Amino acid sequence: MGYKADSYDVIVVGAGHAGVEAGLASARMGAKTLMLTLNLDSVAFMPCNPSVGGPAKGIVVREIDALGGEMARNIDKTHIQMRMLNTGKGPAVRALRAQADKVFYQSEMKKTLEEQDNLTLLQGMVEKLVVEDGVCTGVETKTGAQYEAKSVILTTGTFLRGRIILGDLSYESGPNNMQPSVNLSYHLQELGFDMVRFKTGTPPRVNNKSIDYSKTEIQPGDEKPRAFSYETTEFITDQLPCWLTYTGEETHKLINDNLHRSPMYSGMIEGTGPRYCPSIEDKIVRFNDKPRHQIFLEPEGRNTKEVYVQGLSTSLPEDLQRKILKTVPGLENVEMMRAGYAIEYDAIVPTQLWPSLETKTVKNLFTAGQLNGTSGYEEAAGQGIMAGINAARNAQDREPVILDRSQAYIGVLIDDLVTKGTNEPYRLLTSRAEYRLLLRHDNADLRLTEIGHEIGMIKEDRYSRFTAKKQLIEKEIKRLESVVIKPTEEVNEVLSNYGTDLKEAAHAANLIKRPEVSYEAIKQLTPADEEIPEDVAEQVEIQIKYKGYITKSLQQVERMKKMDEKKIPEDIDYAAINGLANEAKQKLHEVRPLSIGQASRVSGVNPADISILLVYIEQGKIAKIAK
Amino acid sequence: MEYETIAAISTPMGEGAIAIVRLSGSEAVEIADKLYKGSKPLENVDSHTIHYGHLIDPDTNELAEEVMVSVMRGPRTFTREDIVEINCHGGLVSVNRVLELVLRSGARLAEPGEFTKRAFLNGRIDLSQAEGVIDLIRAKTDRAMNVALNQMEGRLSSLISTLRRQLLETVAHVEVNIDYPEYDAEEMTQELLTNQLKEVEEEIRRILVTARQGKILREGLSTVIVGRPNVGKSSLLNSLVHENKAIVTDVPGTTRDVIEEYVNVRGVPLRLVDTAGIRETEDLVERIGVERSRERLKQADLILLVLNYNDELTHEDEQLFKAVEGMDVIVIVNKTDLEEKLDIEKVKQLANEHPVITTSLKNEQGVDELEQSISELFFEGAVESQDLTYVSNSRHIALLEQSRKTLADALSAIEAGMPVDMVQIDITRTWELLGEIIGDTVSESLIDQLFSQFCLGK
Repeated sequence: MGYKADSYDVIVVGAGHAGVEAGLASARMGAKTLMLTLNLDSVAFMPCNPSVGGPAKGIVVREIDALGGEMARNIDKTHIQMRMLNTGKGPAVRALRAQADKVFYQSEMKKTLEEQDNLTLLQGMVEKLVVEDGVCTGVETKTGAQYEAKSVILTTGTFLRGRIILGDLSYESGPNNMQPSVNLSYHLQELGFDMVRFKTGTPPRVNNKSIDYSKTEIQPGDEKPRAFSYETTEFITDQLPCWLTYTGEETHKLINDNLHRSPMYSGMIEGTGPRYCPSIEDKIVRFNDKPRHQIFLEPEGRNTKEVYVQGLSTSLPEDLQRKILKTVPGLENVEMMRAGYAIEYDAIVPTQLWPSLETKTVKNLFTAGQLNGTSGYEEAAGQGIMAGINAARNAQDREPVILDRSQAYIGVLIDDLVTKGTNEPYRLLTSRAEYRLLLRHDNADLRLTEIGHEIGMIKEDRYSRFTAKKQLIEKEIKRLESVVIKPTEEVNEVLSNYGTDLKEAAHAANLIKRPEVSYEAIKQLTPADEEIPEDVAEQVEIQIKYKGYITKSLQQVERMKKMDEKKIPEDIDYAAINGLANEAKQKLHEVRPLSIGQASRVSGVNPADISILLVYIEQGKIAKIAK
Repeated sequence: MEYETIAAISTPMGEGAIAIVRLSGSEAVEIADKLYKGSKPLENVDSHTIHYGHLIDPDTNELAEEVMVSVMRGPRTFTREDIVEINCHGGLVSVNRVLELVLRSGARLAEPGEFTKRAFLNGRIDLSQAEGVIDLIRAKTDRAMNVALNQMEGRLSSLISTLRRQLLETVAHVEVNIDYPEYDAEEMTQELLTNQLKEVEEEIRRILVTARQGKILREGLSTVIVGRPNVGKSSLLNSLVHENKAIVTDVPGTTRDVIEEYVNVRGVPLRLVDTAGIRETEDLVERIGVERSRERLKQADLILLVLNYNDELTHEDEQLFKAVEGMDVIVIVNKTDLEEKLDIEKVKQLANEHPVITTSLKNEQGVDELEQSISELFFEGAVESQDLTYVSNSRHIALLEQSRKTLADALSAIEAGMPVDMVQIDITRTWELLGEIIGDTVSESLIDQLFSQFCLGK
C-alpha cells in the first residue's frame, strides 16, 4: 500500500519552532531538505503566550541569529512590542523580550520557508520511520508515501499522544485542538525509546473590546527602538501596550471552593508539569498566603481582538474559568474566546541523545524541541537549529557541531538535557549557566558568528561586517588602555556630571572601571579618531568595566575545557571498571558521556569516580602501547 | 584537574618526632615561598636540597613553625611534578597548622590517593600499580564519606547548613529578580543584600575564631569510661590526664553531669567522657537505663570498661559488657595491688576479642600498656575514621577562610556599585565553598529553592 516518493538529504518532521529552524538550517547548509507538517496553516504556531525572549531565552534568540537562524529576524518583522528587561542590573542578565503578532509571525515564517532554496514544505502526517538495522533511512506518511533521507529530524512538540484536559473533560488532541499524533509515539517505543509523559498548560483568551482597561496598569514597550537580530536595520516604532491587573480575594475563594473540580486533584492528570509554569489553582494552593497574583493582558496581534491572559493558566472546567475571569479587576464583563486547558504528551528521555542531538538508539535520527522534554519556543528553536546543522552535516559526512557550556545558552541547554536528563519540562534560566557573565545577549555575535560562518550558515557580506566590528572593538579597547587622562579642570567638569572626579592622571580604561563612568563620558574626554557605533561602544564599556569578573570566568572555562578535552573511548565498558561505584556505572552506561568533562556533570557520578575513570582510561592507553 | 597544586600530610597521624607536609604541582615552590623564611627564597635553591628556616603566617606575620624544607623539581620526583616537603615538629597541632597554612596560600587538599594517581598519570608507575591506585581511591573515599556523614550530624555541619540555607535564600531572591524581572517579588536592594551577607560573614568569622582556638580541631575520639562505683574510673581519668598533656581543660557545653577532658595519648586525640550519672549512683544497672548515659555510650568511639580486681564479677558488670556489645572496648582490670578476687578467665571470656589490661592506677602501673593499646586500636584502623576528621578539619578551616574571602569580595563589589548579578558570582561561590565542607554542592537545589520560595509562572 505504501509507495516510493522522493528522496532527500534531510527530512524534518514538524514545523513548529524547532522544526522551522531545523529545516532552514539544513537547507541553508546545502542539504536537500523536506519538511513535513500535519497542517501547513500551523507553521511556527504559538499555542501559548504570544511572546518571544526574556531572560536566558532572549539570549538564545540572539544565538540563533548569530548562527544564521531565523527566529530573531522573524520576530523583528512581526512584533507588536519590544522591551529590554533587567536594565537596572548587569549586562550579563539583560534580555530582550518581544510581544508577537501571533498570526503575522506564522505567515512571515511560512513565507521564508517557502522561499528558501533546497527546501520543500509539505503537509502530511508521518506515522513511521523507516529503520533498518538501527539506522534510519526515511519516513512513511499516513497516506503511504515513503521518503528516503540520509538524516531524519523529529520535532513533534506536544503532539505525541497529546491529550487535552479541562475539568472532568479529557480528549485526545494536539495543542489548540489540532490533530494529535498517536501512532508515531507507539512506533518510537517499539524502536526502543524510553518515553515520559509531561504536562503543560495555557490560560484562556478573551476579547479586547470587553476589557475595562481603566482598572489596569499600562505596560508600554521601550521607546528606544530595539531588535533581536544583529542584522536588523529597520525597527517597528508603532507598538501596542500590555496591561497589568491582579487576582484578588474573590478569585482565590472561588478557586479554593472548587478545587475538587480540578483534574489535578482528581488524579486525572498523570503527566509531570513544570514547577515554573503552575496553573492558577496550583499557585493558590501552594502559596495560599499570597493575597494576589499578577495577571498580564497581552494582545495576540494587530489584526485581532484576542487577548492572552498571562498568569491564569488553568485546567479547571470551562464554566468555572468564565467565573474566575470575571473576578479579576478590568475583566468583570469579559468575553472569553477560548478556554484554557492542560495538555499531556509523550516526550523521549533526552539522555538517549548524543550532544549532536542524534539518538543513540537509532542512527541518523535526530530529535529536537518539546519532544526532548523542554518547554518554550526559544528552547525548541535553539535545539532545532543545532539538529538541523548536525543532520545536514551527518548527511554530508561531516563531524557534528557541539556548542559547549561556555559558548552558548544553547550549549548549556543541550548539555543539561543529554547529560542530566530532566524530570519536568525543562526551561532555561540564567542560573543554569555557570558562565552567565560570558553568555551575554550583547555578545552572542562575538561568540558564535565565527562558527556560523565556518559551517556555511553566515554569508560573506555579513561575516565581513562582523569582522570589522570585532576589529573596531579591539582597537578602541587598546586605545583606551593607553590614553592617559589628566586631572585638568575641563576633565573634572565633565566628570562632575557623572558624579565623580579625577585627582591623579589615570588611563582612560581605568576610569571606565568606575561604576558611574560610562563610555559616553570617556568619549567626551578622549574622542576616538573614527565614528564608534553604539554596539561597539557597548562592547568596549562592558569588556573593560567587568574585566576582572570576565577573566575569572575565563579561567573557570579553561578548567572545564581541559576536562572536556579528555575524551572517553566509545567502546568503554563501565561494568568492567573495578572500583567505580554502582550508581556511577549505571549512570555512565546510560549517558555514555563523550568526555571526562561531560562525565563529571552526570548526576550521581562523584569526583572519586572521575579519578578512577581517568586512571582507567590512562591504563587502557598503556595497555595498547604494551601490545 | 591535574594542574592544581595539592598538599597533604604524608606522615602517619600520631606523635612522631617530625611530620611532613608534602606539596605537588607547578606552584608548589611558589606557595611554599609565600610562607617560608630562610637564608634564601626556595625558588633560588637547587633541586633536591633541604633548607632550614621558619614558616611565617602571612596574615599575622607571626612565626608559625620551625621547619626543614626539601625542594625537588620535576620530573625527577615521585609525581614527576615539582614537590616541596615541609618537615615540621611532630604532633597533630604542628602538622595541622602547617597544612592549614599551605592550603590558605593556594594549595588544594589532595584527594585520597591523589599523589599516587598523579604519579601514575604522569607515567611514573606501571600498570600493575594502577589497580592499587583505584583501590586506594575507592577505599579512602568510602571512609571519608563515613566521616562526612558523622560530621553531617555534628555541630559544625549544622552551623554550615544553616549558613548555606541563608545564602541560598538570598541567592534565590536575587535570581528571581533576574529571571522574573516583572514578577512582584520585593527587589533585592543593595542594603538588604549587604545586611544579609554581613550576617553570614559574621557567623563565618565566629566559627573561624572557634576553629582557631582548636575547638573544632579537638573533636577527638569520644571515649567513655564506664564501671561500677569505686573501681577507679576517676583515677583512670586523672592518670590519663596527668600523664599526658591536656589539650584543654575548659570546655564549653560541658553539662553538669558529664565531665569531659581532652588529652593526647601518643598522638591519639581523646575526648574523655566520664558520665557522672554512672559514677555516682548506687544502682548501676538502673542508671545505665537512663537515656542520657545510654546516648553517651552509643555515641562513643571507644569504651574504657573498668573492673575491680579486688571484687567478684557482679551482675552489674555483666550488664555493662552487654551494653557495650559491638563497640570498640578496652577492658581495664584495676587495683592489682590488692588481693585477687576477680575471675580473670571469665573476664577474658566476656571481653571476647577486646584487649584486657591490668593496672594498678594507685601505683601507676599498667598505664603504659593501656596507652599502647589505645594507640594500636587507633592506628591499626579500628577507629581510624577520626584521623580523617582531623585532616578534614584543616580543610574546613581552609574552606572557611576562602568563603570568608569570597564573601568579602561580594561585599566590596556591592560597595563599589557593581550590579547584583556580578555580586552574585561571589555569593554563589561562597555557597559552593561552604557546601564542600559538608560534601554538598548540587546546583539543582538553587532551582528547587527558586520555585519553592516564589510563586512563578504564566
